[in-house]
Amino acid sequence: MSDQTVRAPHTVTRTPRARSADEQAYLEVSDLHVHFPTQDGIVKAVQGLSYSLPLGRTLAIVGESGSGKSVSSMAVMGLHDRKSTKITGSIKVGGKEIVGMSERAMMSFRGADAAMIFQDPQSSLHPYFTVGDQIMESYRSHNRTSKKAAKERAIEMLDRVGIPNPKRRVDQYPHEFSGGMRQRAMIAMALVNDPKLLIADEPTTALDVTVQAQILDLIADLQRDFGSAVVFITHDLGVVAEIADDILVMYAGNAVEHGPVEKILGSPLHPYTWGLLESIPAVSGTPGPLHPIPGSPPSLLAMPSGCAFNPRCEFRERVEGDLCRTLRPDLIARTADTGRASRCHLHDPDRVFEAEVLPRLP
Amino acid sequence: MLFYILRRLASAISVVIVTLIVSFALFFLAPTDPAGVICGTRCTPERIEAIERSLDLDKPAVAQIGLYMKGIVAGRTYTTAGGVVTECPAPCLGYSYTLGQPVTKMLADALPVTLSIVLGGAIVYFGVGVFTGTLAAKRRGSTMDKVTVGTSLLVNSVPYFVVALLVALYATVFPPAQYTPLLTNPWAWASGLLAAWMTLGLTNAASYTRYSRASMIETLGQDYIRTARSKGISERRVVYRHGVRAGLTPVVTILGLDVAFQLTNAIFTESIFGLPGLGLLSIRAFNQYDLPVLMGTVLLGSVVLVLMNLVVDIVYTFLDPRVRLG
Repeated sequence: MSDQTVRAPHTVTRTPRARSADEQAYLEVSDLHVHFPTQDGIVKAVQGLSYSLPLGRTLAIVGESGSGKSVSSMAVMGLHDRKSTKITGSIKVGGKEIVGMSERAMMSFRGADAAMIFQDPQSSLHPYFTVGDQIMESYRSHNRTSKKAAKERAIEMLDRVGIPNPKRRVDQYPHEFSGGMRQRAMIAMALVNDPKLLIADEPTTALDVTVQAQILDLIADLQRDFGSAVVFITHDLGVVAEIADDILVMYAGNAVEHGPVEKILGSPLHPYTWGLLESIPAVSGTPGPLHPIPGSPPSLLAMPSGCAFNPRCEFRERVEGDLCRTLRPDLIARTADTGRASRCHLHDPDRVFEAEVLPRLP
Repeated sequence: MLFYILRRLASAISVVIVTLIVSFALFFLAPTDPAGVICGTRCTPERIEAIERSLDLDKPAVAQIGLYMKGIVAGRTYTTAGGVVTECPAPCLGYSYTLGQPVTKMLADALPVTLSIVLGGAIVYFGVGVFTGTLAAKRRGSTMDKVTVGTSLLVNSVPYFVVALLVALYATVFPPAQYTPLLTNPWAWASGLLAAWMTLGLTNAASYTRYSRASMIETLGQDYIRTARSKGISERRVVYRHGVRAGLTPVVTILGLDVAFQLTNAIFTESIFGLPGLGLLSIRAFNQYDLPVLMGTVLLGSVVLVLMNLVVDIVYTFLDPRVRLG
């Protein structure tokens, strides 16, 4: 087992890069809504999401299935079907507005300025084309080069992501690769055009633990070399502690907490984040019973009024005037620390965490 | 690969031999009276006996089958009552009782007709079916999609011979159906078969539209299609390169088996349009107790079936790199 799964996630041993004030945001999402009209009503998958990410930093988006983390990232890549999706708000990548961009402009943006790595490399690579062919296609659709030059570039990329014997491997099919090798090939394909923004959608979920660690190291390595902005979607807080500079916690289509990784894992402000930390099994010390968050996420067709998390929140009675059930809180700084924001009505969340939640953590 | 093909050929030959023995037993050892058929109505017992002797029908069953198989491999000779010896070179399948022609020649004349009809029709239905099916899958849920699916169900629910009959009776836009060998006159060949191609093609296109549509819808929902889109290639390239490549592979398998089936079941098309192919040959032989001809068509049919199965399996290794024969 690799060490990042053994370590309790709320302790970050690594020093993440501190955010400096003059950093320009490369990815800027503001008030993003992604709605899918269906026969049963409108599925509001993302509701007013905002965040920004400068070059050279890694943002981890965490949340349960259906929290909107993948849907919002697919929107950044413009991968939603235009006919069946309604997207409003703004997504700016390197100053370019993605929402409402023409398909033609989108084509030259996708794969060149931003690229994506998917969860399951087995199903994400085309089974009938060679690995080299798929990397070359990516390269040649954004660079006017000969087949020969593109192939050399593919071999160079395979070598760069740590695939042994790339000259032979380039002509092989995905089924001839192991799971970890396939994900390396996916990464090579994503990075072949030096994108400034890389979105990794649970890239290690389908891999076994030792391979996970290698892939995480590889992504961290490549990010240092290429200086790109990385959005890392995951629900594994161990992975977050390993790779992220910032965390965005999503719940029911919105951000509930946002801030630097050591703050969010060390002293989180939102009851949902507390619940996430509590529900991680202790791998060291005496194993006690797990503390799952009671209830289940709300239906995206019928959201509860007020705070989306209120039906499952054990602290909602602490807020006077029934605010949690009637008023949706804004994502704002709740403490003196302005580098972090939380969407919660509690006015002393740090005290509640110190006194009541911390002792229960494994 | 070569070893695989040899092994498959060996098993194909054994299938054909079993078919040969079973159908020979069914046809020649059944209470039929081949000599009576040849002789006609006013016939003396001596004459019947002479005919039976000349055709080796007086020999035991096993010997007859042995002679038949020897004829296929090495040719055989027939001695008529008058002492005239007729040489039947290999592959000898005997002589037609009613026409007196060598069966091998009759099959050789009929096979190109059936091949022309079936392959021409296959090009029409595969082309039309794949094209409309892919379009419907691409625009799933649109009016065009609904009309396509509805039309294909409607066409599919009318029996094939009814469609063929209606075309033969009413479709005067087509040139009259007739067979001219391709090498003699390509234009006459094509125009004479056009009506049959269209009938076979358009009725089967309905099925192929639905196969392709279903397969393409499944393929277009795959993760690797999303990956292709994320590369920044055009939607056309996503659908026609990445989608069609994976979506049509299973359809090609069905095509191979369908073509084999139609080669042995071209009876309706050939009867209705009066084209002298294998179907027409076998149905006439059946009606006239022309056993050697019937035997020949059955044998040829089984050879076509096992060969097409082999061809489909070999083609599949080229289509799907994950399939390796061995």
